[in-house]
Amino acid sequence: MAELSAIASQIRRDIVRMVHGASSGHPGGSLGCADFLTALYFKVMKHDPSFNMDATNEDVFFLSNGHISPLFYSTLARSGYFDIKELATFRRLNTRLQGHPATHEHLPGVRIASGSLGQGMSAAIGAALTKKLNKESAVVYSLHGDGELQEGQIWEAAMFAAHHQVDNLISTVDWNGQQIDGPTKKVMSLGDLPAKFAAFGWEVIQLEKGNDVDEVVKTLEYAKTFVGKGKPIVILMKTEMGKGIDFMEGSHEWHGIAPNDEQLAKALAQLPETLGDY
Amino acid sequence: MLKDIQSTGNKDTRSGFGDGIVEAARKNPNVVALTADLAGSLKLQQFIKEFPERFVQCGIAEANMMGIAAGMTIGGKIPFTTTFANFSTGRVYDQIRQSIAYSDKNVKICASHAGVTLGEDGATHQILEDIGLMKMLPGMTVIVPCDYAQTKAATEAIAEYKGPVYLRFGRPVWPIFTSDRPFEIGKAQYFSEGTDVSIFACGHLVWNAIQAGVILEEKGISVEVINIHTIKPLDEAAVISSLKKTKCAVTAEEHNIIGGLGDAIAQCAAKNFPVPVEYVGTKDTFGESGTPKELMKKYGLDVSDIVAAAEKAMSRKK
Repeated sequence: MAELSAIASQIRRDIVRMVHGASSGHPGGSLGCADFLTALYFKVMKHDPSFNMDATNEDVFFLSNGHISPLFYSTLARSGYFDIKELATFRRLNTRLQGHPATHEHLPGVRIASGSLGQGMSAAIGAALTKKLNKESAVVYSLHGDGELQEGQIWEAAMFAAHHQVDNLISTVDWNGQQIDGPTKKVMSLGDLPAKFAAFGWEVIQLEKGNDVDEVVKTLEYAKTFVGKGKPIVILMKTEMGKGIDFMEGSHEWHGIAPNDEQLAKALAQLPETLGDY
Repeated sequence: MLKDIQSTGNKDTRSGFGDGIVEAARKNPNVVALTADLAGSLKLQQFIKEFPERFVQCGIAEANMMGIAAGMTIGGKIPFTTTFANFSTGRVYDQIRQSIAYSDKNVKICASHAGVTLGEDGATHQILEDIGLMKMLPGMTVIVPCDYAQTKAATEAIAEYKGPVYLRFGRPVWPIFTSDRPFEIGKAQYFSEGTDVSIFACGHLVWNAIQAGVILEEKGISVEVINIHTIKPLDEAAVISSLKKTKCAVTAEEHNIIGGLGDAIAQCAAKNFPVPVEYVGTKDTFGESGTPKELMKKYGLDVSDIVAAAEKAMSRKK
């Protein structure tokens, strides 16, 4: 198996090529979370790419900020859920790789639709409850944008998870400080985020280097030590939007636009092709 | 004859749900119940007593409840969400749309206190748009049973049916008259066969339609009263065959005439066999406080309203 950083580099290539190919999509957040999803799918989670919807006796991941679908699709394909060639169909008519993830077209690896924000934590909690009822020890993971935390449903879910001691859930927040209309601090400040989750009754873990894949692995493994201890777990993960491509880094400008041919070439020159392009 | 159809007792339809979910849970260990602080109103006491570990209290957070229900299906649970109809639909429409309907999750959305017969609480709680909201969602089955017995039967039936379902029932004590009649999802239920006018009804208004039919029969009119408890998928074959016989129709529902049963029947008629259709339902309005009886009268849902609509429909033939 290739080094995790090498996998992440290939996934980043996939992301920009998919978004360029479709002339639409969301590269910024996808690139920022590439190290997280690489760590999760290629190291931390116990999961089966032959895919059964019920996820019996395996760990499960829910993507709540569905717009980073290019990252999700590339990670799933590179993990063996479906042929990497299918990545070329992203956002095209009759594709299983819809603009935002969906179960409707039966794409292996996707267990619920996301895109309309704020809903994924509830779904993850539901799956975690079912695992408890079924007496399974597997862990449920979810990923959320920081801007997404402005949705009220997130806090309904946060309250529920603590009250019901959903301690087989590890939610991660992509704390990149950016959203469509600008810096989160300007659009709608999240305030003291660690204190908010702590006050809701969660085990709070902060990860400063969310773009260092080894640090991500370490943090996830550390988070797992709290599973079964009576509290839901949240990782507040600092990342850089657009990470890996210098002209996209750190700005919300690349939240939802596609690179042109010239920009694509510039981007790919910065990302080693480690596993072969699709 | 319609006058031979007698009530065998009186009970609220929500109690039919409460009793039905206990039966369903006894039969199927995957049935779980969720509520948003309305376990008592939805008559879940016995379920909670027998299956405490399969009951999930969500607090007053309906959006989260819908998402949790969707998630619980992953691993094979059959979640029944319970709250009032208003909070089961309009309040959480996008959660149902994305996490349940579009994601094809096996969730049963069970909604009580629908319509004006909720009574004194008034318009904030009396949703009259929910059938329309839910039937517009691709893949959603919409069921509006007519009495205690049918609500109980429907609750048991949806547990064994795979796919998202909206089950709508209510608060008032109402005659029971279907105890000896089988219930099948998607299959229209005949109370009489006739040749002059078809009356298609759902929910509490099925009883009113039968009473209206009694009056019409006394006037020598041959009436076909059909309970369309499953509004989606509509039993089109039954509707078309009835329209071909009677050549005019009345629809009766405790819902806005825009978007509900009336729309479904009219669309089926327009596509297949156009005939005059008269609508009994609320006329694009909100409800208000009052007793159920007063509200049924004020909003045009009474037996006399159905009789008048039938006579008008017949007069419009040709």
